[in-house]
Amino acid sequence: MSKGKTDDVTGTDTTGHSWDGIEELNTPLPRWWLWTLYLCIIWGILYTIAYPAWPMVSGATKGVLGWSTRANVAAEITAHEGKNADLVAQLLATDMDVLPASADLNRYAVARGGAVFRANCSQCHGSGAAGAKGYPNLLDDDWLWGGDMAEIEYTVRHGIRNEQDDDARYSQMPAFGEMLEKDEITAVVEHVVSLSNADFDAQLAETGAVVYADNCAACHGEAGLGDRSQGAPNLADAIWLYGGDREALTETVKNARFGVMPAWGPRLTEADVRAVSAYVHSLGGGE
Amino acid sequence: MTDQASPPSLYAPREPIFPRKVTGFFRRFKWAILVVTLGIYYITPWIRWDRGPSLPDQAVLVDLASRRFYFFWIEIWPHEFYFVAGLLIMAGLGLFLFTSALGRVWCGYTCPQTVWTDLFILVERWIEGDRNARVRLHKASWGVRKWRLRLTKWAVWLAIAVATGGAWVFYFTDAPTLARDLVSLTAHPAAYITIAILTATTFIFGGFLREQVCIYMCPWPRIQAAMMDPDTITVAYRDWRGEPRGKGNKSRRGKVKALQAEADAQAAGPGAARYSGTPYRQDDKPAAPVLSPVSETGDCIDCMACVNVCPMGIDIRNGQQMECITCALCIDACDDVMDKIGKPRGLIDYLALSDETAERAGAPVKPLWKHILRPRTILYTAIWLLIGLGLIYALFVRSDIELTVSPVRNPTYVTLSDGTIRNIYDVRLRNKSGEDRDFRLRLTSDEILRIELEGTDDLSLNIPADTTVLQRVYVTARPQDQAANSAATDLRIWVEDTTAQTRASKATTFNGKGN
Repeated sequence: MSKGKTDDVTGTDTTGHSWDGIEELNTPLPRWWLWTLYLCIIWGILYTIAYPAWPMVSGATKGVLGWSTRANVAAEITAHEGKNADLVAQLLATDMDVLPASADLNRYAVARGGAVFRANCSQCHGSGAAGAKGYPNLLDDDWLWGGDMAEIEYTVRHGIRNEQDDDARYSQMPAFGEMLEKDEITAVVEHVVSLSNADFDAQLAETGAVVYADNCAACHGEAGLGDRSQGAPNLADAIWLYGGDREALTETVKNARFGVMPAWGPRLTEADVRAVSAYVHSLGGGE
Repeated sequence: MTDQASPPSLYAPREPIFPRKVTGFFRRFKWAILVVTLGIYYITPWIRWDRGPSLPDQAVLVDLASRRFYFFWIEIWPHEFYFVAGLLIMAGLGLFLFTSALGRVWCGYTCPQTVWTDLFILVERWIEGDRNARVRLHKASWGVRKWRLRLTKWAVWLAIAVATGGAWVFYFTDAPTLARDLVSLTAHPAAYITIAILTATTFIFGGFLREQVCIYMCPWPRIQAAMMDPDTITVAYRDWRGEPRGKGNKSRRGKVKALQAEADAQAAGPGAARYSGTPYRQDDKPAAPVLSPVSETGDCIDCMACVNVCPMGIDIRNGQQMECITCALCIDACDDVMDKIGKPRGLIDYLALSDETAERAGAPVKPLWKHILRPRTILYTAIWLLIGLGLIYALFVRSDIELTVSPVRNPTYVTLSDGTIRNIYDVRLRNKSGEDRDFRLRLTSDEILRIELEGTDDLSLNIPADTTVLQRVYVTARPQDQAANSAATDLRIWVEDTTAQTRASKATTFNGKGN
């Protein structure tokens, strides 16, 4: 190894490279840096052998250590399920009506139910459980079929107006468009409006009250308070599933509505059914 | 390409450095700092601090699992991380301040790399002898003696390294428990892995890489150079006094000595030293180098003492260098030599570069305080103090209870059967005290609003010690009230600790139908 020339100004050796009269100074790198680089290269090669790395036609190489993120996640889920086994056993053994009284278990059920809800229920009821037209809002205090823990659990388990479950909640309003005259429908709609709204045509509503008593009161009650045993909505409150203006009500009276909910009993585990029921119960309307 | 037969190598092997033993003020000062800093590091995790039965009794503990940081009487929760951020900013500003005033004092005295390297060199000297013995041993072939000395040295280094890595893990869990687990081989693998990594880095960085860490691995030397200016006090060589350097012969030295004595006699007062270590302690410095008319050589006798003691392996007489960590050992070494040859101390000294220029020109030098108190350093100190006082204030106004309110915006409001408008809030209630407490919630607003809690008819909640509880809170407005029909209404949710009579609040808004 011979020394190159020395630069006069800096006193530093040059590499001997010269281009257009410019010479390159040589400030040598410590040799251990070079060894560090080689070490990193060797490490890199060993790493790609040990771990999944090289992309092939039908997937990456597996690596000799058999490491897999998918397997790790599965193992972590299993581990957490193992940790929660006691709570799940308690949840299965506890009577749903007294669940909110046991704070720790209820907290677990609500947290678990929230996850179940977001995965299975939010598509219709919304991620915030506020519902939409035709899909009930679960945050309010108005329930078609009942809002205590047992009723909610029944609804979740068996669903509403579905074909799959013989125990599904079932009721059907007739389409009055073919049974009533047009002005009768207008009148009965005015009567329904009068139940919850101060702004109505009194004379028309009075006519409608007769039509209502003959056709609607059997299910919705004489005062229009509804009947939970057959899922008949309360017509006297501020909540409308399909809209409370005259146009929407006319549409409802003429053609009726037929909201459907699947039975979740066969689709979810028993613990999930209980958990999601507890979650819905905890949203603010639980009775 | 070059037409040379063999091109020069682009890589250089490490030049081994054998720092010589040195005595003096700065060396003693550095030993003291070494003892204090290492003492703090090793002893701190073992200090106990009683916080009651439900909290750990370790004075300084970073409890990652339960997300708490304990520092004596202070307990920091994760959401109070701004304290740590504030301390880091203060550390940064402190570095700016010290570097602009005193150069790389952090590097020279307190950097862990410097402290542990010092300790490793001390061990090396005990086992292998001082510089000359070590050079001989380095050149000697690998015989029994060399193996014996090397293995002994490495064993002691390794013991120090294990203790270093071992002390680190004690900051993260209860020290006595972990110590027992470590010995009985039942501790968590993370503890052993951490110890192994820190042992390896301490052993390699302190024993073998040493100055290479400072020169090639650490980013600070580059950054610190940008923080220094001509007024910064740093370790420097009085070039005007030392040059031209030369060994000189005895008669020349004798002549110089005689002239020196003569010059001394002419000095202001009998017995008054011309140079008293640093120029800052002296009032009437001679305008020009006293020896220049009579001596062809300067005060530097080229004895290489400064080079031989340097842990970085540089020659301070070449001027300011990026490699210099300003450990000041060359000052001790040179003062020692100056004493022996009867020259005034301070050929190598702490001085500002602007002073060096002034001295050379015979102009008066600035007093020390003018170097320290400059707009720049005053500004750094002011910001540093401001942040520090802010943190202390924040620490003292902290309450044992806290709440955060996050309004549920999906949906913005809920209509109930009777037309009542309801807003939902997720309220996090934090009990930072060491005992269970009853918290009562209420609200204040200009409009008529009611507050209710999910799952209870009561407005009180029991919050266990040292926990956070998430509570769903409902605020309602009757249909006829203003709040139900307007867009947004301001309100404030209060939480009151019924035992301690302390309270906290958060402002939020209520959304009505007008929204």
